[in-house]
Amino acid sequence: MLFTSYGFIAFIAILFILYYLIPKRFQWLLLLCADVVFYACAGWQGLCFMAVTVLVSWASTNLMGASLRRQKETLSSPEGKALPREERRAIKKAAEKYRKRIFVLALLCDLGILAALKYTNFLIGNVNAITGASLASVDWVLPLGISFYTFQTVSYVIDVYWEKIPAERNPLKVALFTSFFPLLIQGPISRFGDLSETLFSEHKADYKQISFGLQRILWGYFKKLVIADRLLIAVTAVCGDPAGYDGAYVLAGTLLYAAELYADFTGGIDITIGIAQVLGIRVKENFVRPYFSRNIAEYWRRWHISMGTWFKDYIFYPLSVAPWLLKLSKKARVKISDGFGRKLSVYVSTIVTWFLTGLWHGAAWNFVVWGLLNAVFILAAEEFKPVSLRFREKHARLVSGFGYRVFETLRTFLLLCSFRILDCYRDVAVSFKAFFSVFTGGRWGELFSGGLLGLGLTSADFAVCGVGVALMFAVSCVQEKFGEVRELLWKRKAMAYIAFSLLAIIILVFGAYGVGYDSSQFIYNQF
Amino acid sequence: MDEILEILEGINPDIDFETCDTLVDDGILASLDIVSVIAELSDAFDITIPARDIVPENFNSAEAMYAMVQRLLDD
Amino acid sequence: MAVKTKKSVKLNIAVLCLCLAAVAVSVWLLGKLLEPKYMSGVLEGAMVREYYDEEHPHDVIFVGDCEVYENFSPVTMWEEYGITSYIRGSAQQLIWQSYYLLEETFEYESPKIVVYNVQSMKYSEPQSEAYNRMTLDGMRLSGSKVDAIKASMTEDEDMISYFIPLLRYHSRWNDLGSEDFEYMFGRDKVTVAGYLMRADVKPMTKLPTPSALSEPELGERCWEYLDKMRILCENNGAKLILIKSPSLWPYWYDEWDAQIADYAEKYGLDYLNFLPLADEIGIDMQADTYDAGLHLNIYGAEKLSRYFGEILSSDYGLEDHRNDADIAADWDEKCERYYALLDAQLRELEEYGYLKSWTLEPEG
Repeated sequence: MLFTSYGFIAFIAILFILYYLIPKRFQWLLLLCADVVFYACAGWQGLCFMAVTVLVSWASTNLMGASLRRQKETLSSPEGKALPREERRAIKKAAEKYRKRIFVLALLCDLGILAALKYTNFLIGNVNAITGASLASVDWVLPLGISFYTFQTVSYVIDVYWEKIPAERNPLKVALFTSFFPLLIQGPISRFGDLSETLFSEHKADYKQISFGLQRILWGYFKKLVIADRLLIAVTAVCGDPAGYDGAYVLAGTLLYAAELYADFTGGIDITIGIAQVLGIRVKENFVRPYFSRNIAEYWRRWHISMGTWFKDYIFYPLSVAPWLLKLSKKARVKISDGFGRKLSVYVSTIVTWFLTGLWHGAAWNFVVWGLLNAVFILAAEEFKPVSLRFREKHARLVSGFGYRVFETLRTFLLLCSFRILDCYRDVAVSFKAFFSVFTGGRWGELFSGGLLGLGLTSADFAVCGVGVALMFAVSCVQEKFGEVRELLWKRKAMAYIAFSLLAIIILVFGAYGVGYDSSQFIYNQF
Repeated sequence: MDEILEILEGINPDIDFETCDTLVDDGILASLDIVSVIAELSDAFDITIPARDIVPENFNSAEAMYAMVQRLLDD
Repeated sequence: MAVKTKKSVKLNIAVLCLCLAAVAVSVWLLGKLLEPKYMSGVLEGAMVREYYDEEHPHDVIFVGDCEVYENFSPVTMWEEYGITSYIRGSAQQLIWQSYYLLEETFEYESPKIVVYNVQSMKYSEPQSEAYNRMTLDGMRLSGSKVDAIKASMTEDEDMISYFIPLLRYHSRWNDLGSEDFEYMFGRDKVTVAGYLMRADVKPMTKLPTPSALSEPELGERCWEYLDKMRILCENNGAKLILIKSPSLWPYWYDEWDAQIADYAEKYGLDYLNFLPLADEIGIDMQADTYDAGLHLNIYGAEKLSRYFGEILSSDYGLEDHRNDADIAADWDEKCERYYALLDAQLRELEEYGYLKSWTLEPEG
């Protein structure tokens, strides 16, 4: 079920009504049923994989939880307290070792499913390319949302292992956390600690929350249907034909892609968080107006936040304090130079983290290169920090001005657009060629004398997108300055009703959904 | 405690680390800085900071870092 | 303060209800505005809804595709034999659509004869969304319509967009023309008793050679609906006549013809294949077709109607209604429209050399 199908809209409408009609203690169970229905629509095989993941994470966390309890009981009992320090330590060590074993097994199992299903073909392709073998690629179905729910599960298992949260004893609750359907398609990758605060509790129908949720869903559909799905046509045209559309077209395609991706991704998240809000469930934000970022590191704190923090908390930090890496950097400080040794662990962790981030986006080299480019620029910015600080000190007046801020924002935006070319063309060589053709390929005149209209969109379509993007930009500016737009509108409820009624009609008329009316189909030839 | 403040000033001399208690929450210490701090702390106090302790609460202020170091030294 | 809050709550509820109502009305109005009107160029989409304006019942109802609505002229049968007939035809009407249109027709009247043109037996699967729309959009809301939609939908169609036209036609906002505003709430008639007139002539040249049949059996689904149609007619006291119009293309295979003949014999139905009778009827494919043998023009249609009318009145004993003043007045009006339309078409043929107002611009 896609977010933009009639089936999905009917599905959530029925769910919303049932949710507030049934006894409140069953609400979370209803959500679990909804998940099963939603997931079953995408094929029963996926349901099996997910069931395995749920079972593994439930069993492993409970074993770890039980071990921790036993350890604490033993050590805090009178006999335990009487034990000598050495022995107490030994008991603790043994229990920790046991938990570690379970933890590693659980991770291998959860990540193993993901790795096997998602990366086998990538691996086979690379082995073939390197050794010249001709292993056949496999034809496995990737279960819906596997990257998202696996990451969510892994974060839960790690958090329990780290004793940040207690293990959940009810397997059905673990199942609901893993499968909560609004999060399955594109996240946000939520943490058990955050989500469980509201996911399993009883919810009274709250007029304001439900209204806000519905408003957010509408806004999400506006971004997705009116802007993203329309722009997609032109983006696909440009990216689908790198030889035919080079030079200025690449820049145009990249800019359109920036708008399309933003509208699609944030629109989808708006729908997700809106659905959760109607259900009384709080999901953490995934975007904070990322295109206003002034550097790449900031961008990654504002774009797809849940993914960024996941990699930071579970890859970057653990890696940077890994004993082997610390040892290595100590050695480097002695053998090579103090400065280099100090930086070594930061460098290695950053590069590995971004390598994996790239790989997570897709099993292909273009994503890996994309990830590494991010790492290179982030590290370079870090390296040039002293220079930039000196510059800022020297030109304090200039730097604090609005113009400089715009410059920084635009620079960051264009840089990220360039990275995204790798995502558009899905091929490293083609992407670099396309990037350089912006500077060498020309075709600027052609682009603006009708070329843009050859991409499958009419000038009216571009006008709609233009107005839509302007509206998104205006809303972002208001949010940046004054906070939540819905709160502002809510002070005059009537205004909110009128505004969102209009929005609904605009979506229905200008949305790029359904069978496109193509009058040529109706031309009478032979019947 | 003074050692910790010294380390922090080495990272960014412009911040008043003695009073600020939202170093992570307000983005003053970015993740790259935190890793540097951890490396320095481990080195200076000869401790191992496990990944589970890298949470905002432990790095939001010099005070919190001091408390964490004390706890790890006792362990 | 409490009073004020209460008042503002009431006001808010009122505004909310008003907004919801406004959205609903807008969706309906915009649907009306944006749905294609078929008042020029492609007229076929406007035919189905005209039936509901009929005031008097008919003795004969035709169902089928262009081979009925282009090839039979009810006005001629009226003028010659006093037969009252109506063609519930539409472009590429599939047999389940014929069936459900017929089912609906029986709700309005009780014809004595039902004529089904068997050409559409060759399609046993839904074909094209565009043609589905031209047949189904014009139907009034009824159980028959719902069933017809269910039977007709191609894979990526949604039922809901048949009931909320805005969902289907919203993307026409960029193609709106004056026609869309003019005919938002009422359409002109494009047919006379279901007959879509064409007065131009394009002689037949050479027909393509029909490809060999890979599957000679007519589809199971079609037989199912033919059974249903036969039983429906029986239950409603109407006689079902199967015909094959004398259009030469699409090709009507002998294998198919034999199967229909067997079926007719098995159930005691009459099956009239006009193809071999073309000479007897007097159809001349040099003068009586407007598109080189696919469809008859008005001259061909009148010849065929005279021939078929004779059979209907003599063999089936259909009553001559010309002396019934009420009915005659209705048909007089139809005849008047018929000849006015013919005049108008002839004028355009003279002026432009083609039917400017009734067809799309000729290509090239």
